[in-house]
Amino acid sequence: MGNYIAKRVVLLIIIIFFVSVAAFFLVHLLPGNPAVTILGPNDTPQNAAILNHQLGLDKPLVEQYFIWIGHVFQGNLGQSFTTHETTTSIISTSYPIDVELIVFSQLMAFAIALPMAIKASRRPNRLFDQLSNSAAFGMLALPPFVIGPIMVLIFAVHWHVFPGPASYVPITQGFWSNIHTMLLPSIVLALGSIVVYFRLLRNDLISTLQQDFITMARSKGLSDRRIMWRHALRPSSVTLLASAGVTIGTLIAGTFVVELLLQMPGLGFQIISSINQDDYTVVQGIVLIVAVAIVLVNFAFDFIFTLVDPRIARD
Amino acid sequence: MTDVINPQTTSPLPGAVVTPTDNDEHGAAAPKRLGTFFWICAGWITLITLVAIFANLLPLPNPDFQNFAAPQNGAPGWGHLLGTDDLNRDIFSRLLFGSRVSLVVGFGGTAIGLILGGIPAMLSGYRRGRVDTFLSTASYAVLAFPALVAVIAIGSFWGHQLWKITLVIGLFSSPLIFRIIRASTLTYASRDFVMAAKALGASDRRILAREILPNLMPTIISFGLIAVASIIVLEGTLAFLGLSVPPPTPSWGNMLNEGAALLSGGPGQNNAWLVIFPAAAMFSLLFTLNVVADKLRSYLDVTEVKL
Repeated sequence: MGNYIAKRVVLLIIIIFFVSVAAFFLVHLLPGNPAVTILGPNDTPQNAAILNHQLGLDKPLVEQYFIWIGHVFQGNLGQSFTTHETTTSIISTSYPIDVELIVFSQLMAFAIALPMAIKASRRPNRLFDQLSNSAAFGMLALPPFVIGPIMVLIFAVHWHVFPGPASYVPITQGFWSNIHTMLLPSIVLALGSIVVYFRLLRNDLISTLQQDFITMARSKGLSDRRIMWRHALRPSSVTLLASAGVTIGTLIAGTFVVELLLQMPGLGFQIISSINQDDYTVVQGIVLIVAVAIVLVNFAFDFIFTLVDPRIARD
Repeated sequence: MTDVINPQTTSPLPGAVVTPTDNDEHGAAAPKRLGTFFWICAGWITLITLVAIFANLLPLPNPDFQNFAAPQNGAPGWGHLLGTDDLNRDIFSRLLFGSRVSLVVGFGGTAIGLILGGIPAMLSGYRRGRVDTFLSTASYAVLAFPALVAVIAIGSFWGHQLWKITLVIGLFSSPLIFRIIRASTLTYASRDFVMAAKALGASDRRILAREILPNLMPTIISFGLIAVASIIVLEGTLAFLGLSVPPPTPSWGNMLNEGAALLSGGPGQNNAWLVIFPAAAMFSLLFTLNVVADKLRSYLDVTEVKL
């Protein structure tokens, strides 16, 4: 167990190191002289000197990396050349939106997928199971960038049930109006997750319910409800937990889409406006932070997972 | 290493696990058929592909042509089958030409992924040893890196040309393909027919190409189609974010982006058709690809690979 965790931590550090190297080298993918391209119309000798110092572009490559990573560890990810805001402050004001979206949508997804899967797995291949299975299969072909605009069209533009684009209210300016603006994007995100959780849980439950210990529980005369919640769901929860970690990458893609769609100033919205303004240092900073965050979340789920089911560590 | 996570990562289709009833050993074996629905879906994909290839020969207006004689955000009608967008361009024509981007990136990216991931995977699974350990660890490391963030980052610094997008997406899909093909190779590498070929003195290259590869084909075909669908989703997401092939070149993703951007406009400014038609096109392609992949998988009896 300890050995397993140590191995995972080493792998984690190696991955984060490579992520940082990759993020560092992004600047060198720019055509021509990076400093000139990054600065664009702001290419004054003074700015160039600041940028060259920031990126260490005048030094050998390896040294450049260590200068840059040194700045990163000091919380210095450079600054925007259009607004002069630091990348760190851009990230710290926008990431709560992403976190809220993800947490909110996942709560919704679990609340819907769990009862659906339980109902479907009680009678496999009967009407409810077949209907929900077909619906889930269809939903696989409706990623957020397809279903999102359709939902906005129907629920915000036509029916005015939810606020439309560019009406985001920060949580500090009213809790309920914030929740109101969060509902539509969260539903869009939740739809994709419901499919994943439902399909996994249903298949898992069906095979669990055929096992001997369930027959045993039944013959003891336990109620269906008790068998489901106390006996069948417990092993399946492990699979579910694992998939929650794996889907974080897909979820981030989804949050970027809904943020652009509804003009919510989260990380996705920020990175896209920075790209459109050629604000390369901000892009680089956000990429680094988001990538490291995803890697860490994956690691955390992996870790929880080992605690829940220690058999994994033994393999 | 992370064996329990793998049943999910095996298949880009989340949660696509074979149900117990699919491979029921005790029930009467039903004759295997692909079914009419499979052929309808396969036909639709073929039709989209043919339209994409021969779009130039069809009597369509230039997709980038801003026809000022046509109405802005016009409704569907005889003159413009699916209406016009905010720049007076014909939506039908843009939709047909736009299929090219999805198909090129989808199939091209999968092909690159198969070459970059599949060939090392076969060698790795067949020869094992230190190279295998290294490549497996490397594939885990790349898998931990979120593909979309990577593609956004590389694209925004390197450029958004079609070939660059295809190459980068293909590169980032290769670790998953590596894992699937390696696992599949492992199950065949120790089988008797491979031993027999070895005993007959066949070279490794011959064993890989003649003995193992044919057995991998069902896996490659069914998972390859799922890879095509997920790469199309990835490209569509990028295009929706405005980070794929730049305008005026049409793609379904950037048409949805334009349609969605208009939704924030006041009444009369927005264009529902510019949302509905590209969304429907995207859904139809992804849905038929999923159906074809799913049916082929049960037809070819590809059980979920245990990595």
